[in-house]
Amino acid sequence: MKLTLRVWRQKNADAEGAMSTYEVDDISPDMSFLEMLDVLNEQLILTGEEPVAFDHDCREGICGACSLVINGDAHGPERTTTCQLHMRSFRDGDTIDIEPWRASAFPVIKDLVVDRSAFDRIIQAGGYITAPTGSAPEAHATPVPKADADFAFEHAECIGCGACVAACPNGAAMLFTSAKVNHLNVLPQGAPERETRVLDMVAQMDAEGFGGCTLTGECATACPKGIPLVSITSMNKEWLRATRKAGKR
Amino acid sequence: MARTMWDSSVGKKTVMAVSGVIMLLYLVAHMIGNLKIYFGAGEFNHYAHWLRTVGEPFMHYEWTLWLIRIVLVVAVVAHATSAYQLSRRDIKARPSKYVHKKPRAGYATRTMRWGGVILGLFIVWHLLDLTTGTVHSGGFQEGHPYQNVVDTFSTWYGNVIYIVAMLALGLHIRHGFWSAAQTLGVGSRTRDRALKTLANVLALLLTAGFIAVPVGVMTGVVS
Amino acid sequence: MTTYADYATGAPVTDTKAPAGPVRERWDKRRFEAKLVNPANRRKHTIIVVGTGLAGGSAGATLAEQGYHVVQFCYQDSPRRAHSIAAQGGINAAKNYRNDGDSIHRLFYDTVKGGDFRARESNVHRLAQISVEIIDQCVAQGVPFAREYGGLLDTRSFGGVQVSRTFYARGQTGQQLLLGAYQALSRQIAAGNVEMHPRTEMLDLIVVDGRARGIVARDLVTGRIDTYFADAVVLASGGYGNVFYLSTNAMNSNATAVWRAHRRGAYFANPCFTQIHPTCIPRTGDHQSKLTLMSESLRNDGRIWVPKAQGDTRPPNEIPEDERDYYLERIYPSFGNLVPRDIASRAAKNVCDEGRGVGPGGQGVYLDFADAIRRMGRKAVEDKYGNLFDMYQRITDEDPYEVPMRIYPAVHYTMGGLWVDYDLQTTIPGLFAIGEANFSDHGANRLGASALMQGLADGYFVLPATINDYLARNPHQEPVTEGHPVVQEVLAETEDRINLLLAVDGDRTPDSFHRELGELMWEFCGMARSDTGLRKALERIPQIREEFWRRIKVPGTGEEFNQSLEKANRIVDYLELAELMCLDALHRSESCGGHFREESQTPDGEAARKDEEFSYAAAWEFTGTGEAPVLHKEDLVFEYVHPTQRSYA
Repeated sequence: MKLTLRVWRQKNADAEGAMSTYEVDDISPDMSFLEMLDVLNEQLILTGEEPVAFDHDCREGICGACSLVINGDAHGPERTTTCQLHMRSFRDGDTIDIEPWRASAFPVIKDLVVDRSAFDRIIQAGGYITAPTGSAPEAHATPVPKADADFAFEHAECIGCGACVAACPNGAAMLFTSAKVNHLNVLPQGAPERETRVLDMVAQMDAEGFGGCTLTGECATACPKGIPLVSITSMNKEWLRATRKAGKR
Repeated sequence: MARTMWDSSVGKKTVMAVSGVIMLLYLVAHMIGNLKIYFGAGEFNHYAHWLRTVGEPFMHYEWTLWLIRIVLVVAVVAHATSAYQLSRRDIKARPSKYVHKKPRAGYATRTMRWGGVILGLFIVWHLLDLTTGTVHSGGFQEGHPYQNVVDTFSTWYGNVIYIVAMLALGLHIRHGFWSAAQTLGVGSRTRDRALKTLANVLALLLTAGFIAVPVGVMTGVVS
Repeated sequence: MTTYADYATGAPVTDTKAPAGPVRERWDKRRFEAKLVNPANRRKHTIIVVGTGLAGGSAGATLAEQGYHVVQFCYQDSPRRAHSIAAQGGINAAKNYRNDGDSIHRLFYDTVKGGDFRARESNVHRLAQISVEIIDQCVAQGVPFAREYGGLLDTRSFGGVQVSRTFYARGQTGQQLLLGAYQALSRQIAAGNVEMHPRTEMLDLIVVDGRARGIVARDLVTGRIDTYFADAVVLASGGYGNVFYLSTNAMNSNATAVWRAHRRGAYFANPCFTQIHPTCIPRTGDHQSKLTLMSESLRNDGRIWVPKAQGDTRPPNEIPEDERDYYLERIYPSFGNLVPRDIASRAAKNVCDEGRGVGPGGQGVYLDFADAIRRMGRKAVEDKYGNLFDMYQRITDEDPYEVPMRIYPAVHYTMGGLWVDYDLQTTIPGLFAIGEANFSDHGANRLGASALMQGLADGYFVLPATINDYLARNPHQEPVTEGHPVVQEVLAETEDRINLLLAVDGDRTPDSFHRELGELMWEFCGMARSDTGLRKALERIPQIREEFWRRIKVPGTGEEFNQSLEKANRIVDYLELAELMCLDALHRSESCGGHFREESQTPDGEAARKDEEFSYAAAWEFTGTGEAPVLHKEDLVFEYVHPTQRSYA
């Protein structure tokens, strides 16, 4: 396959960026999207140009590092991560636009690399269960109904890639935040911190400058792990419940 | 608690949802009342008068109406203010656009902001037209709403403004009702289809119900 | 002139920390004998932790909970992304919830035997003991393990054991356990007890007066090279499988932290013990940048086969039953498709070498679920393996419900690593190594679902107990500052190396060297190794190294985000480590576990161990780049599990 790539190039956080056009040839349909970019970068190094910077690590769709907007879609046309997108999803002669995640809470570091530390700070605000090592009771002391365990798991699947924010026209982090709130709040182990968790995480999400939710559903469509939009509804419910309870205290 | 509500993006959405639901309930009543125009001037004008005397003798003349007006004004202001503030936050959160643009989300979803602005302007016109009579075409007659309505919808622009606004209203409710349900946490995987259907039915009924009035005037059924 | 292969043998190295006495009492005894640091004084101690995987994340969180001041590093943009996250299958624990005859002793026994009698009994027993507490800890943190309808935890049997002791969270156990540790760590970061440095890579170790006192690290965003000081340094930087270029490791997983520590004096043990995982997706071409593992839990229900005839190119569904060779079931009737990883991998290699491999290049075997789908129904198979099947289909564009999967072995895990004693301390006082970075618990082969167990055991329980002893015995260390001559020297060396990489301005990319080295290692130090092959590799590696420093091209500067520079800098270390791996493989002329020497096999082609000669861990001491290292042997004593030739027939 022969492709034309239009790639966002930006020297560093302070520099102005722009789209640059490159040609790549001999692309196999079996290549992953990132392997195609590897080909481009090998080419660029040899011609003395700086290769395109992009985040990637596990390349098996689980670490959440890769983060490209491909032809306007976070992670490209398939419902998966960029690293698991294969070139068979494109056609010979295609022009492909590659851009970084766009959100003011995710500033660009270089080219296609953005700073997603805002997500870490949302987790730090309450996305945990306080269980210092050594203090745990016997694992079978508290049975968890299978339905609840499955619900928790489905939300715990979030890989923190940020596609939800990138896809949201408001740059909102509701889907990310709700995934963690729902994972922990449904479990009996998470119950003691149920209210503070959702209040603190939502407050941190706001403080990071993410937008609000207008329920466009773009986040859930882009999510490579299929976290559903209704996850946000569940979090809203938790938040209202927590606010009511906090008001009574 | 009020503070937490207003300071949080989720809280402000809750304010929007609650005020939206209040306005929606009002609109349902308003629409049903409007349809009385098909039963002639007597019944319609009587209904309009009743609105002022409802609750008597416990309430004084027009007290109930004013109470409703105050609640509505609070709802409109709360709805608009939170919408404005949330929109500012949203725009700030996504300052640079993608070079590769794609059509996004449904029409109803995308038009919430502009649709809201249109509806806001419409309400101003609507009040000046049929409540105060300030911009009314022809002679506005206090206490004769039937004739006033007929006058308004006898002008081409009256019809255009009204019908466009009602279409915008339909779209606004279509996404707004479902969205409010999510914000208030009553949505769920199993309930989603029902909520979406209900939103569509409400949007359709309200739009059709309201538009029935100018259509009646235009076709001469109401004159 | 002495060559690299002419190594000298030095004094034996011994573990002085494991107490004597019955193996099941040693851990208790050690914890009791260890000195403690007064809780009020812990705040004054700084501990550096490098890496935020299962071992590093859990250690950082736990040390901070104890009151220490933790300064932690990871090269990823977030501590949530370390490659532990990709572990699929599960985590072993001797809970015996199934009442199927499991016990701590059996887990201990299985692990020692599975490791082909090249692991230290004291360590392995401790691991089995702690396994039970890990599950409790993770459940308390909210790790959503799979559960049964009654609400209790589900388990499955996994990779070469006959009890059902593996706890799992669908096919994403590593992810869920890592997120648990990450969340615990996040809590400590928020509390100010952990100072987290993401996108920061350790480039060297600072050793002052014989003790580890800090590290040199580069901020990957700004390029700034800084020094960080502490009372102890913990390396949790993972394994070195990426020496092979193609492996199941993450693209940026690297050996720099451990190799730099080795160069500063930490012995490197059993570097040749690498695990080749039998169930990975075969490569599709030269563009391949990494390999993807399919959880070996698939072997519980999938059947592995190749055509009986060589060069049979018919589509798998057209090959009749009697023309298929279910070779694992044939050769190992009692374990069948569940034989340990090393055996399954080698068997796959053998049938492919016979010309019976399938798929592109004949480098693959079938893993067939047709029987399982017939027996359990498609729905049940989907529930159990749905996400793995989806992953397979996404990568290969083939539907495993219809067509058998194709799999082939790939480098997956490195059992070798920095030599540590029972306290997980390396030969440099104050330098500890945990998780895959050390060599301690898996011997010559790791059992499935044991890596997660070891990482968390080290991080949550072992290190936090043993590091106290070191700090308590060295309570008032002289503060080290940037101006210290040793620090200046290390810093200058690091900067020189970076500058040199940028200055060469040659004509070959970092990846091209990495790929060349990887191919060499796979061929000569991969699934089967021989004297001649290893000698060839040992001859070739210095040549590649020389060429590297002559022809490497790294664009950009050091004062910016520069991924080519990061890569090139890691390859420098691979080019040295690869040499040590080959030497270790050459010197160990026996076959054991993942290390198969063609010269040492039984008449029917199984690995033949030589216990009289090689019942030791080989700890290597660095003497200089390209110079023969010194071998220190740690004799392994088996009091409880008596070495027998492994038999899975």
